[in-house]
Amino acid sequence: MSPVISIKDLSKVYSSGFKALDRVSLDVAKGEIFALLGPNGAGKTTLISIVCGTVSKTSGTVLVGGDDNVSAWRRARTRIGLVPQEISLDIFSTVANCVRFSRGLFGKPVDAGFLEGLLKDLSLWDKRAARVVELSGGMKRRVMIAKALSHEPEILFLDEPTAGVDVNLRRDMWALVRRLRDRGVTIVLTTHYLEEAEEMADRVGVVDKGRLLLVEDKASLMRRLGKRRLTVTLAEPLPALPAALDGAPAPRLDDGGRKLALEFDAGEGGGAMAALLGRLDRAGIAYVDLETGNSSLEDIFVGLVGEGTR
Amino acid sequence: MNLAANPLGIWAIYRNEMLRSLRTLFQSLVAPVITTSLYFVVFGGAIGSRVSKIGGVGYGEFIVPGLVMLTILTQSVSNGSIGIYFPKFTGSIYELLSAPMSAAEAVTAYVGAAATKSVVIGLVIMATSTLFVDLRIAHPFWMAAFLVLTSVAFSLFGFLVGVWARNFEQLNVVPTLLLTPLTFLGGTFYSIDMLPPFWRAVSLFNPVVYLISGFRWSFFGIGDVPVAASLGFALAFIAVCLGTLAWMFKTGYRLKP
Ligand SMILES: Nc1ncnc2c1ncn2[C@@H]1O[C@H](COP(=O)(O)OP(=O)(O)OP(=O)(O)O)[C@@H](O)[C@H]1O
Ligand SMILES: [Mg+2]
Repeated sequence: MSPVISIKDLSKVYSSGFKALDRVSLDVAKGEIFALLGPNGAGKTTLISIVCGTVSKTSGTVLVGGDDNVSAWRRARTRIGLVPQEISLDIFSTVANCVRFSRGLFGKPVDAGFLEGLLKDLSLWDKRAARVVELSGGMKRRVMIAKALSHEPEILFLDEPTAGVDVNLRRDMWALVRRLRDRGVTIVLTTHYLEEAEEMADRVGVVDKGRLLLVEDKASLMRRLGKRRLTVTLAEPLPALPAALDGAPAPRLDDGGRKLALEFDAGEGGGAMAALLGRLDRAGIAYVDLETGNSSLEDIFVGLVGEGTR
Repeated sequence: MNLAANPLGIWAIYRNEMLRSLRTLFQSLVAPVITTSLYFVVFGGAIGSRVSKIGGVGYGEFIVPGLVMLTILTQSVSNGSIGIYFPKFTGSIYELLSAPMSAAEAVTAYVGAAATKSVVIGLVIMATSTLFVDLRIAHPFWMAAFLVLTSVAFSLFGFLVGVWARNFEQLNVVPTLLLTPLTFLGGTFYSIDMLPPFWRAVSLFNPVVYLISGFRWSFFGIGDVPVAASLGFALAFIAVCLGTLAWMFKTGYRLKP
């Protein structure tokens, strides 16, 4: 299938001289949910902003639906809806007016039925006559989304949609994203969290220091990079790892012998954990706490950069 | 550039800007009316009664065109600049930059809205002045033409200032340091014929003199400079502003990082 977004050798040097993007090439397929994953300052917002036209590029090309976003900017932009990272609204305007304004900007005539559906979808219908200044932060974020969707775009960019958002809104947001995808809308989102990319995306691109380190199918990325960690807090510190606990996968003694840490592949399921706990029981080693977590994004980057130099 | 490619976009901005003005109706309309009334009381009444007629026109009447110009110049610059500066300040300009709107379309909408507001204020002030003086308008068509041209020219200039300004201080520096002196020395309250020859010559470098003179001519048939010069100046000023804006947008100047 031909890509709906096609980015070639895109670089950006800000006027400060800072190189925020370094020859990034990326294709996004129509109808997929694509996550850009990367730490603070990686260049995710810069990348999105250039595609949407709010930041100018230094070199390279961006095609949106086959149209160059500089030479055929009008057609390219008509296809895109953007929810930026920061909330910025005309706070004295009403919710309905804000959304109506956005639709107009994109050249679409007023459509009361569509507006009602959109606001209801985002649980904003009751607030349509309220001024933005009276809304909570989460509602303002919904208004930002409503504005981005007001002109029925084919592609939706969500720049860190879950920053500062509670569990409910997050769940609503993901439900909305899936509904949009079902209607054929392509979604590009950015996130700091591997779990979020894992939960939502079809494909994931990892960005760091202005470079796109890899683009992969979510499943294979998780297999490759998704490590989980089990931390066992022992009742009594151990001076050294007992022979009974040896054997793959071997845990590591941590925190002066007070903790045992076990790393294993996310794809493996609970097998490794069960094996370790079984061995602890048989060796009669008592423990007081268990904690599981994901390996952090930092671990992943270290892993990726390591791979690159190997 | 195709100006009419996104007429609904132009309308959306225009409507939004006018709604914003309606929200601040008091300071937009009532404030200028009060200020102008004070000018009439002080200059027209208290001082004007001791000033002889200028070119056969009573002093109270004489200052009406100047006062209208004074207000629409200030209002145009402030409305034209805040319209674009505010989204820049709050960050909501992302929407304009990502929309399928050309620079020309955006300028048309923002400047159109600011100029509309100025014209309305100008008319309101003229209406207010009829409470104090007997207003005659010798050339109504030219009066309207100067009113609209000046509103457009200075709304454009304000828009430029709004794009250029990086903070509120810069936003205010142009009106206070440039505009206020130019308007007060532009013949609002006097005819430059009343000045000594040297200062009269200096005044001819003040662009505002041309605008006030042309506007006054449309009321009384008399002006400090030929009316063609006034008209030419207003048009030239618009052309310069448009040229500068075209360059700014082409380079993304201070709008896009
Ligand atoms: N206008 C600007 N001028 C100069 N440098 C900038 C500008 N905007 C961003 N940068 C720099 O470019 C780099 C990438 O920024 P960007 O906002 O794209 O990162 P990000 O991946 O979105 O980060 P975050 O996760 O924190 O949002 C950062 O180092 C940032 O400081
Ligand atoms: Mg960002």
